[in-house]
Parts: sequence; C-alpha cells; structure tokens
Amino acid sequence: MAVLTGDDLAADGIGPLICGVNVTSDDGEPHRAPVHPALAQGKVNYVGDHVAVVIAESLSQAKDAAEKVEIDYGVLPSVTDTATAAADGQQQIHDNAPNNMCYNWPFGDKAAVDAVFESAHKVSSLDLVNNRMVTNPMEPRAALGDYNSGTEEITLHVTTQNPHVHRLVLSAFNQLAPEHKLRVVGPDVGGGFGAKIFVYAEELVVGWSCRKVNRPVKWTGDRTEAFLADAHGRDHVAHAEMALDENGKFLAMRVNTTANLGAYLSTFATMVPSYLYAFLLAGQYSTPLIYSEVKAVFTNTAPVDACRGAGRPEATFLLERLVDVCAEDMGLDPAEIRRRNFIPVDAFPYQTPVVQCYDSGDYPAALDKALALADYDGFSARAEEAKSRGKRRGVGLSFYVEACGIAPSAAVGQLGAGVGLWESAQVRFNPTGNVQVFTGTHSHGQGHETTFAQLVTEQLGVPIENIEVIHGDTAKTQFGMGTYGSRSLAVGGVAIAKACEKLIEKGKKIAAHALEAAEGDIEFADGNFTVAGTDKAMNIAEVAFNAYVPHSYPEGLEPGFDENAFFDPMNFSFPAGTHVCEVEVDPETGVVKIIKYSAVDDFGKLINPMIVEGQVHGGIVHGVGQALLEGCQYDSDGQLITASYMDYAMPRADNVPSFDVDYAPTDPPHNPLGVKGCGEAGAIGAPPAVINAITNALGIKHIDMPATPENVWRAAQSAS
Amino acid sequence: MQTVSMNVNGKSVSGEVEDRTLLVEFLRENLRLTGTHVGCDTSQCGACVVHVDGVSVKSCTMLAAQADGSDVTTIEGLASNGDLHPMQQAFKDNHGLQCGFCTPGMVMSALDIVNRNGNNVDEATVRKELEGNICRCTGYHNIVKAVQAGAKNMGA
Repeated sequence: MAVLTGDDLAADGIGPLICGVNVTSDDGEPHRAPVHPALAQGKVNYVGDHVAVVIAESLSQAKDAAEKVEIDYGVLPSVTDTATAAADGQQQIHDNAPNNMCYNWPFGDKAAVDAVFESAHKVSSLDLVNNRMVTNPMEPRAALGDYNSGTEEITLHVTTQNPHVHRLVLSAFNQLAPEHKLRVVGPDVGGGFGAKIFVYAEELVVGWSCRKVNRPVKWTGDRTEAFLADAHGRDHVAHAEMALDENGKFLAMRVNTTANLGAYLSTFATMVPSYLYAFLLAGQYSTPLIYSEVKAVFTNTAPVDACRGAGRPEATFLLERLVDVCAEDMGLDPAEIRRRNFIPVDAFPYQTPVVQCYDSGDYPAALDKALALADYDGFSARAEEAKSRGKRRGVGLSFYVEACGIAPSAAVGQLGAGVGLWESAQVRFNPTGNVQVFTGTHSHGQGHETTFAQLVTEQLGVPIENIEVIHGDTAKTQFGMGTYGSRSLAVGGVAIAKACEKLIEKGKKIAAHALEAAEGDIEFADGNFTVAGTDKAMNIAEVAFNAYVPHSYPEGLEPGFDENAFFDPMNFSFPAGTHVCEVEVDPETGVVKIIKYSAVDDFGKLINPMIVEGQVHGGIVHGVGQALLEGCQYDSDGQLITASYMDYAMPRADNVPSFDVDYAPTDPPHNPLGVKGCGEAGAIGAPPAVINAITNALGIKHIDMPATPENVWRAAQSAS
Repeated sequence: MQTVSMNVNGKSVSGEVEDRTLLVEFLRENLRLTGTHVGCDTSQCGACVVHVDGVSVKSCTMLAAQADGSDVTTIEGLASNGDLHPMQQAFKDNHGLQCGFCTPGMVMSALDIVNRNGNNVDEATVRKELEGNICRCTGYHNIVKAVQAGAKNMGA
C-alpha cells in the first residue's frame, strides 16, 4: 500500500501538465498559462482535480484506503459561469491570469467591419450558447504502467489516440523518462472523439508511480471519473451579427465569443476556440468581411478541449443559426438565402477572409441533392397533415465547411502549435510476400485496419488477406502524430500511398534485372511487373522474395523490400455538406421527434463507403445529442451535477431515426488520393439542422441547446 | 469471502468472492472473461449485459453471489466451433460496430430482444428495446440493421 502526493511528484522532478499551442492575446503577450501540477499542491481548482494517489493490491482495497485519506479543504468562492467568469469582482482562480482571462483574441479588420454595419440595409443578430458536452467515449480512460528495472524502461499502456504524442509530451515536458526508455502502447481503444488525445494527470502518475513502487500499477477510470476529469467540449457564449444588403447578400459578419477553458489548460485547449473556430466562420458563404473576438476564460470546471469537431461545430452552429435568422428577417426561404451567398463553384481555390483557402467545393450541388433526398418540396403538405394531429412539423437546413486533415506543419507552426502535423507510414513486405503496414495514425473505431488494407491492395495488388495494418505501439511503429481532426486517410493514407510508390519504383529495378529488360520498359499494374508489350511478368511477391534473397540482383541496389514515407499536407482538407432535418414537435409535451434526417456530404473520393457512412451516422447522433439531450451542468458552487448517465442524457437508439446519406464529391487538388476527412462532419452539421428545424416548427427566433422537452415546451407556450 | 459456483458458457466454475463483488467483476477478474465490459457505474450503458438463466441482465447490477447456481452466458459463449453466432455475424456484415466497446452488450441484448419479439422484430421495437445500451460511435443505424438481420438469420 502506498499513498503519494504532489510533493512526491515534485521531489522526483516530474513536470506539470502542459498546453502545446500558443495564442497571442490582444496585449501582445502569450496566453496566460497557469501551472497545472498532476497532483494538486495546496489548492484544487475544480471538482475532479487530482489530489493524491493510493496504490493497493486490489481495486476495492485501494478504494477503501482512499476513503481514509483526509483532506482538509477550506472552501473558496467559485466561478463556473462562462458569460460572467471575466466580470469584475469574480474570484481570481490563478494569480497569473487577471480577470480569469486566458486570452482575448481579436481577428479581422474591426474598423472596416463596423463601417459596413453602419451603412447596411439590414442587420440580423443573435445571442447563443454552445452547450458544454462531456465527450464520453464508451470505454473510460485507463492506464497501466510497468517498469523494468533492468532496462530502466517504462511501458505505459494507455487509452490514447496518439501514442507517440503521449510519449513525446511525457518525455520532453513531464520528464517521466527519456523517449527511448518509454514505450507507449494503446492499440485497441474504445472510442476517443478527442477525449483521448490529451495527456492527463492519471497517465503521468501511473507511469511515474510504477517506477517509484517498482510494481506494475493499473488505473481504470469509472464513468463518474470520466465525467469529472476527462476534458469536456464546447461551452461558448456568443453574440453574432450579420450585415446584409437589400437582396439578402451578406456584407460583413461580427462575432463576439466567450469560451470556457475550465480550470487549467488541457493539451490543445487554446487552439480550439481560436484557430479551429474563428477560421471557420466563413462557412460556405462569400461574406467579404468578418471580425471575430474570442475571450477565453478560466473557471472552476474541468478543462475544456477538443471534442468531435472541436471549434468547427461551434462556428457552424453560430453561423447557420444566424443565417436562418437573416432569412427570417429578409423574408427569404432558408435555402434561397444560402444560394444567394454561396461561394460560386468557379471561385475555387477560394480565399476566405479568415485565413483558410478552400481548395474545392460545389455547394449548390450538395444543396440540390439534399433537398431532393429530404423531399423539401413536399414539406408543407406534411406539415399540414401534422397540424391536423395537433403536432408541429419543422424542417431545418444546415451547411458546413470544415477544415480537417490537420495539417500543414508550417501553417500550424506559424499559428503557434508546438508540433508538426505530417504523418508517417512504413510498408514492409516479408520474404514470403505478405505485407505489414505501419501507420503513425491510430484507430479507435475508425476501421483503419480495413481502409488502409484496401488502399494498399489498390496500390500494390496484394490480396487484402495478406495485409496487416499495425498501429498503436511506439515500440512497433515509427513516430507518428495519431488520429484526430479527421486526418487519418487524408494525411496518413497519403503517407502509405507514398511508401507504396517507393516500393513500386524499387520493384521495377528488381524486375528489370530478373526479366532482363530495361527499367524504363517495366510497367506495374495489378500486382505484376511486366515488360511492356510482352508477356514477361513477375508478381510483386516474387520481387519481394528476390529483394530478400538477392542472389541475382541489380548491382548497387540495397536488398530488402521495405519502405517508409512521411507526408506533410499542402493544405487542410475541406469537406462540406448540406444536412436537412425534419422534426415533429408535440407542443403539449415539448417532445421533439426526428422524423427524417438527410445528409449530403462532399468527402472527395471514398475508399470504403460502408465505413464512411458509419462515421456520418455516428457524427450525426453526436450532434443530435448536443442539440436535444446533452448538457453538462455545474452549479454555482462548482459541483458537477451531471456526473453520470442518470443525469447526463446520452442519445439512445430510440432518440433517433435511420438516416438518408448521400454524397456530392469534388476533387481536392491538394490531396494526392483525392480524399477529404469524414469523421467529424456529422457532429458539425447536425446541431444547427436540428435547432433550425425546431425554430421552424415553433415559429420562434431561437432556442438554446439542449432543446430538452422542458425547454421546447416553454418555448412552445410562449410562442403560442 | 464466500465461494460461488455457477455454470458459465457451459462450464462449471467456482471462485472466492467478497460479498460486494459484482457479477461483472467475477466474470472479468476471476474468470478472465473480459468480453463483458464496464462502461458506466449507474446501470445505464449496457456494455455489461450477459444472460443469467436465459434472461438478459446488467452484470454490473447483480452480485456474484446472486448468480450462485445459475447458468450464465457471456459474449464468449456465443460462437461455436469457430463460427460466429448469427447475431455476431450480422453485426460484422452490417458494420454494426466501430470501436467495439459496446458491442458485447449490444449483441447480448439483441439476443434477448429476438427471444422475446421473434425473428421479424420491427425497427421501432428494436430501437425501443435497445434503449438500455449506449453506443457513441455508430449512431445506432447499423446496429439496428444488424439486430434485424441477425434476428432473421437466427430463424433461417
């Protein structure tokens, strides 16, 4: 039995948890970064902050012992409300963050935008809240540390989306162990959605304590711990305004946002409400001027970081709600006002006023297809029929562009990221002709084992059953950046394809020698190297065997058939789509039923449509959860009052229908495979589609998320 | 501590447990049947569903001692001679799983749904009856398809 505290951690020179992205505040200073010790020293800042670790022979013994740890708490006033966290007179959470401000980050030409607003034909405006979510992958986080005193190596099994990033951060910033003495393993993880990107206190403490007690140490989070201490998502309060001309054209947009970052900065917290949010505010529209100001604040709540979509759902919800308000104010159909403002198909590459340069898109095509899929024209008849039953039907449209496939290293470096965001691959033939594909990305439900094997089959002509995809262990794979931001295929897949190209180039030399032909005459297709215009051919498996048994082999060529490649993308990937949600509201009970949900997305080329469709389904329900059900609540004393599935409503099978999914692809010129990311799209597109449908059904301007039966009932009562 | 004995996946087993030991803990820790998962601590998520005497049970909500003398079936008990159970096969064929964490509980609940509603169970019934199993990955679309397909195949 051992009880260890922050003093023990500090005595061993273990560094605090860090945030890896700099955002420069409007005073020219870097964002305020409070020290975040993995085990608190003297002060805890949120319910869920880590105080001490008890290590025992069994879980029940450890839990019993933890009950006996006495902590003498003196209660300080707490700050939990996003909107008022930076107000005068609030309790100051960190000495180095006056007014609880992490940063105030303005972007755009304020004077120019203000001038347009002053002379605009119409100004539409909206106040909205983007509700705090708890990410909730179904497998809670876990860590198991095992120290080998002979080799002085720590093996840390951990629920991670990015094993090498974990190893790098734990080594370079937390001084847990040198990189070559730390192995991070996490090949089979039960969902992530962002929550398992970050380096958490428990993981550092488990890695450190296994060496300290020289025994394997295991921690498995329970669901309550996940609610209390996983990084949460979203939590914005915003005011948005659009200036329009008399034809409903958008002239300028102005957005003021307060984003809650929680008590400390999680690993990538600062970039979510800044670069991943404000740079997406153009959406699908050619709005020429945008000004955004983001105040990021500290509160006595769990740290907030990326959650499926990360910043992009917040931007899309704000924009698509605001555009619906514009349509109402201008007396235009919601589809029509979008058509008038779409970035034209011939305008790509299109430089938005908020940094991003979209490489491809055809927004009218997706809209047309989605309206047909949703039978938009038949809506009014269905609404009439519902009315005869005392129900109110509504239809909501949502249009999104997201920037994913993150990211060009130089671009994110300029913005303040501490890492490069390329991806790596190694494609290794074994002498008997089967293939092992090592990827630096990570699969925690995305099915990379299938998609990447398909990709290699397509490239090399090797039967899919002879291909194994390996990831999730720093001792097996080369350094890689992991999986988040819908990057695995768009970045990691390209690295695999590039390694395959190198194999084909080398294979041509080997085949030319064996077939007694000139290298320039060798063609490769369907797994065979052929001498052009002849029937002389050699299968790639034979070439691999020759490379490992190089008895008769090109002079000077290295043996072996094993290539690696790194790919640094030239631009982000810009998936886009139109989502249409039709709801029926019971005004007597406030219950919202989703009758039909249609999604038409542009993900470029699909490699495995079944997997892509599954990602869309899951994303939509994540977004429906945010729109209708999920709302993380702290009370004013800092207690998390939604810390279990009894209090926090997850979407369940009977909350949603089956979905109609289709595609309107365009070809992204920056991506060698022609692919775009698909993992976050649904969670980005769904919340505004659902809320726009509810406001349409009730004839109201706005309703905040989650639109629970109580909230909807109240809105229905005040509207009628 | 007390000794409990039960029949798990057709095999007689017994073990020493504390009074407070949950059935899921006994299955996972004592028997190393780690296919049964724990996704919450309030009997909501359904990742731990097993069958006890032919009826689906959330094994995080039952003491090991309460299962003394019972017949227990876990996800590990479904496949026979290397062939997946038709319901498992339907989940595979219909992409009814992504990360796979909720899947054992989904499959065990699905079998109970078929037992009670027959091989032609409709979508609305499947959705209603799956209310006690939470999935974050799939959006349920393909799970519902898989349950209906599995139900049909079980009758074939």
